[in-house]
Amino acid sequence: MQQSPIIQAHDLVYEIITHDNQLRILQGLNLSIATGEQVAIIGSSGSGKSTLLSLLAGLDRPTSGSVQINGNLFSALDEDGRASIRAKTMGFVFQSFQLLPSLTALENVMLPLQLKNHPQAKALSLEALSKVGLSQRLQHYPKQLSGGEQQRVALARAFATEPAILFADEPTGNLDNATGQMIIELLFKMNKEAGTTLVLVTHDIQLANRCQRQLNLQNGRLEEVVSA
Amino acid sequence: MMVTFNLAWTQTLSLWRAGTLRVLVFALVLAVAAITAVSFFTQRVASALNQQGGLLLGGDIAVMADHPIRPAFIKRAQNQGMAHVSTYEFASMVIHGEISQLVEIKAVELGFPLRGDLTIGAKIDDVGQTVKAAPQPGEAWIEPRLANLLAVKVGDEVEVGEHTLRIGAILLREPSRGGDMFSFAPRLLMNTTDLPATKLIQYGSRVKYQLLLAADPQQVNDYFLKTKAELGRGERIEDVRNARPEIKSALDKARQFLGLSAMVSVILAMVAMLLSSLPYIKQSLDTFALMRCFGARQNTVLQVLALQTLLIAFFSAVAGSALGYLAQLGLAKLASSLFVETLPTLSVTPIWVGFAASMMMMVAVVIPHAWQMRNLTAINILRRETLAQPISTQAKFLPAAIVMVVMIFWQAHDTKIAIYTMLAVVALCVVISGFAYGLVGSVQRLFSLPPQNKTLASINLGIQGLKRRAGLSTVQMIGFSMGLMVLMLLALIRGDLVHNWQASLPIDAPNRFVINIQPAQIAGITQFFTQQKIKDTAIFPMVRARLISKNGALINTAQWQDERAKRLAEREFNLSWAATMQSDNRLLAGRWWTPQEHGKPYLSLEQGLAETLGVKLGDKLVFDIAGNQTTHTVTSLRKVEWDTMRANFFAVTPPGLLEPYAANFISSFYLPVGADASLNQLVKQYPNLTVIDVAALMQQVRGIMQKMSSAIAYVFAFSLIAGVAVLYAALVATREERIAEATLMRVFGASRRQVSIAYVAEFACIGLIASLTATIAANFLAYYFSANILNIPFQFNITLAVSTMLIAATVIPLAAWLGLRGFLNIPPRQLLNSI
Repeated sequence: MQQSPIIQAHDLVYEIITHDNQLRILQGLNLSIATGEQVAIIGSSGSGKSTLLSLLAGLDRPTSGSVQINGNLFSALDEDGRASIRAKTMGFVFQSFQLLPSLTALENVMLPLQLKNHPQAKALSLEALSKVGLSQRLQHYPKQLSGGEQQRVALARAFATEPAILFADEPTGNLDNATGQMIIELLFKMNKEAGTTLVLVTHDIQLANRCQRQLNLQNGRLEEVVSA
Repeated sequence: MMVTFNLAWTQTLSLWRAGTLRVLVFALVLAVAAITAVSFFTQRVASALNQQGGLLLGGDIAVMADHPIRPAFIKRAQNQGMAHVSTYEFASMVIHGEISQLVEIKAVELGFPLRGDLTIGAKIDDVGQTVKAAPQPGEAWIEPRLANLLAVKVGDEVEVGEHTLRIGAILLREPSRGGDMFSFAPRLLMNTTDLPATKLIQYGSRVKYQLLLAADPQQVNDYFLKTKAELGRGERIEDVRNARPEIKSALDKARQFLGLSAMVSVILAMVAMLLSSLPYIKQSLDTFALMRCFGARQNTVLQVLALQTLLIAFFSAVAGSALGYLAQLGLAKLASSLFVETLPTLSVTPIWVGFAASMMMMVAVVIPHAWQMRNLTAINILRRETLAQPISTQAKFLPAAIVMVVMIFWQAHDTKIAIYTMLAVVALCVVISGFAYGLVGSVQRLFSLPPQNKTLASINLGIQGLKRRAGLSTVQMIGFSMGLMVLMLLALIRGDLVHNWQASLPIDAPNRFVINIQPAQIAGITQFFTQQKIKDTAIFPMVRARLISKNGALINTAQWQDERAKRLAEREFNLSWAATMQSDNRLLAGRWWTPQEHGKPYLSLEQGLAETLGVKLGDKLVFDIAGNQTTHTVTSLRKVEWDTMRANFFAVTPPGLLEPYAANFISSFYLPVGADASLNQLVKQYPNLTVIDVAALMQQVRGIMQKMSSAIAYVFAFSLIAGVAVLYAALVATREERIAEATLMRVFGASRRQVSIAYVAEFACIGLIASLTATIAANFLAYYFSANILNIPFQFNITLAVSTMLIAATVIPLAAWLGLRGFLNIPPRQLLNSI
């Protein structure tokens, strides 16, 4: 039975203005993602996958249309209102890891929890790092970690806050095959354990196939990919 | 090579267009401008001050001898194209009718004075006019005192030796007089062409032969050094600094102030350069990493980096020097009205220094990173492991530190001062690190319990930022603290210290000396003081004595190389006695005598004299006083503030020792305007008294103080600019990193308020620590100046300290927040793409 949608997008339009013309990246796009669902958004480079993810996560505002999170109009909120929803419900994994170079692995994981003033910030972070197998690298700085290790720290950071939704933007894009595979296994394992809704942006069809649904972004519109 | 240059050139241009270079170039230009302007200005002011001093000497330097000046010395001056005049000074009797009077005759060549001017009038109570001229042949100019004594007026004739001279003018002011302030007799100025006719200079006559010289500072210095090396018996060469202790003292203080301001500017400028180069380095490394990926050879990359660095340094230095030149031009114009003569012309040295500083600093900042890059393989870079082989913060800043040391040595011109300055900078760094460490530690303990609310959690996060960026935060705090220290010193020194310095020569400072007072006349003179309501007077005894031996060894003047030492040892000392030390003296070694020790053969010496004669504490000196020999043990050394214009003595004994010997007395006092008539009455009553008017000399000293205070204010303005450059550079140094951090925090759901609180908390701590350190350092420095240079009591300015700390802890976070605020309104997605 289909659960109630956690994310809904209606007539989502996103335009950017370049020197002399207007570029419409998303053209009135509709989307509904149910709680606990795993959705892959695929598409060619420059199709607007990452833009769509940013709009769904409230990292930017659509030109028109709306995004609802748990039935609440999310895109109409101001910057801080959206930040507050993000803090409560969302986690992120980026292609380029986005770890702060001046923080240790442990501090990087603790950061979102500290922002929420979580009383068990340290304990939860230690647990998350242990889950990704980095208990021995707590005090290492990002530059002292390999790419795979950095992405594992990012995974630990994403899951430590126990988010309802995890946004992953090309999480293996910067990693070699073997390492990428290991990160994906870890991502799906943790996602399964936590029951998180997963929105994954990728151009890797194999990776996308691991999700319950695949949506193809083409010409600014989404099409459901029907598995053969 | 051309390809490399083109690459470096185009990259520099694109960096400029992209806006990456603006902050760095701005700080570099400002720093170079501060260095060159301060250097230009201090150089010009220093020469102007020397000229100012030269007015008192009548020239820039003087060769003096007890025999005719050697033709070689005159020839040298002619060869070097220096302006020169000869003067002859001797004492002789002058007769008018029945009256004869001992006078100090000074015969001068036309062209005298080379520096400064004279004031002459038609009558003794004339205001007079300033002239830069000497008496014509057949003419004599005489002091008002002499006109009174001889009862002559302009147009009368006086007999000088076998020649008759017509009084051409009344000599109201002769700044160059006072080489010997206690000259007994009044002055008569005449032309040298009349000298032979007087037949006064005979074999064996005591004449002070003098050759006055004036030229540009380089020539003067050159002449001084060459001639000094060739001086023979009875010859000496003097510039204003060693000719006049009271002027030397004022000039030295002025130089110390200027030197301090210049030094502070240079250090600040270097810190600004260092801080502002950090973001540039970070960006460049990424670009060069990419170049390696695209197949550029390691050497090519390093060459492009080197060229790009030099290009930036060069163009910044061009702009900075131009700005520095213009700035000093403006200031010199403003200041020129303060100086008697125009400021001397410029030398190009400061421009070279500005260029060297810019180049050296940029190279120093880049070298550690270039060193780090040389081992990176393309795969390191592909994996963005640019910083995989970290170099320690110390190693990163080592070359920059070396450049700073070089600059400090260059600016200080003195190893001791350079070392002290460096120690002070190191101490500043240590104190700041200590404060930062202590603060982070205590905050960590304070917040070890779960914070009570989100605001506290954000504050905690901000303060933890200090720890996360320990190295950079410390550099930033050092920058802020130096900037603030300058501002505080500016307030303290300009306000308190300069004020106190000028107050040391108050408007009612003594302007008359009376010498040759006999014991029986003391009562009468005291009565005169009471009648005229002259306060703050003291009458000091003087006993003439000759130094015979030191620690049992007879004094042989040949034992001293130094002409001054020879002179001092040869001439008679004026020994004085006193129960208490004069208020403008300061004990440097030993102790002053107690009342129980009165009558004991102790001696207190002026430190400069003791140094010249090689006398130490505990040495036994034997003096011959009117045929009797007395032995004295040196029990204390004093520093004398000569510029207070009070009567002071090189050698003082306790009371109860010299009273039996024939003494005469000296007094100095302030004679109110318009009281000259009553003073003349006193002189008529006691004809043996000699009154010396030092009002003109005091005006000169005051003038120097006034001008220096203004000059210091101007130079401090540059320090201020450098300080602002540092504050700005310190803010932008970590801006990118902070924007990245703030963006990620917002992605994770932090509100703008939370990010702002964390940011403000971090900068409030930085501001607080920096201002605390700056307050301590500035007050310490001000204390040092008060105690050691100005010799005035130091008062801690609590209002200034508290307000500085409050302002710094408010303004710094506010400025930082204003810099970041714009980014808080940009959607995180756009920023994520750029970080």
